[in-house]
Amino acid sequence: MNQIIGYIVMGVGVAFLFLGALGVFRFPDVYNRLQAGTKCTTLGAFLSIIGAGIVEPTWFLKCLIIAVFILFTNPISAHALARASYKSGVKLWDKSVVDKCKDFEECAKAQEDDK
Amino acid sequence: MTLMIFFGVIIIAVILALIRAVKGPTAPDRVVGVDIMVTITVALMVLLGIFFKRRIYLDVSLIYAVLSFVGVIAVARYLDKGL
Repeated sequence: MNQIIGYIVMGVGVAFLFLGALGVFRFPDVYNRLQAGTKCTTLGAFLSIIGAGIVEPTWFLKCLIIAVFILFTNPISAHALARASYKSGVKLWDKSVVDKCKDFEECAKAQEDDK
Repeated sequence: MTLMIFFGVIIIAVILALIRAVKGPTAPDRVVGVDIMVTITVALMVLLGIFFKRRIYLDVSLIYAVLSFVGVIAVARYLDKGL
């Protein structure tokens, strides 16, 4: 029973990992790619590692540590990367509609400089 | 058998992220590709640990996750205001 539940959870996680990588491959600019990639791979890695912990119950604690570590650090690194790429002057996609960072002084200056 | 299918799907995902990392027009694109690839690889290593019944793979994947976090933060800082 443990095995079946574990493999189902793992399968859902692997599907999310694949969709995240597909989003990274197909989306048009850095910010869209970050959004697709980070959300999908965070959930996907979390679910596959927890599933591995369910399949082998003696490993569950260590798997939980890895999963929680990924759950905490992946959004932080994605946020830092998005902020850095906006400040280093990477443009948004043509069809993007909302750009709230433009209202702040330092962000607007960074985008202006690079034209 | 189930694990084999999972490995196949994960290998395709890693190849897609790798293509983005090679092709990406700007530097942040490449970093995104590498970051996604590393996160997928962490999950892959835990599944490999299940497959080979070796517990050491868990340690390897934990260290790999830490290194990828530090690396991405360092690159982000470099893009932001230089070293």
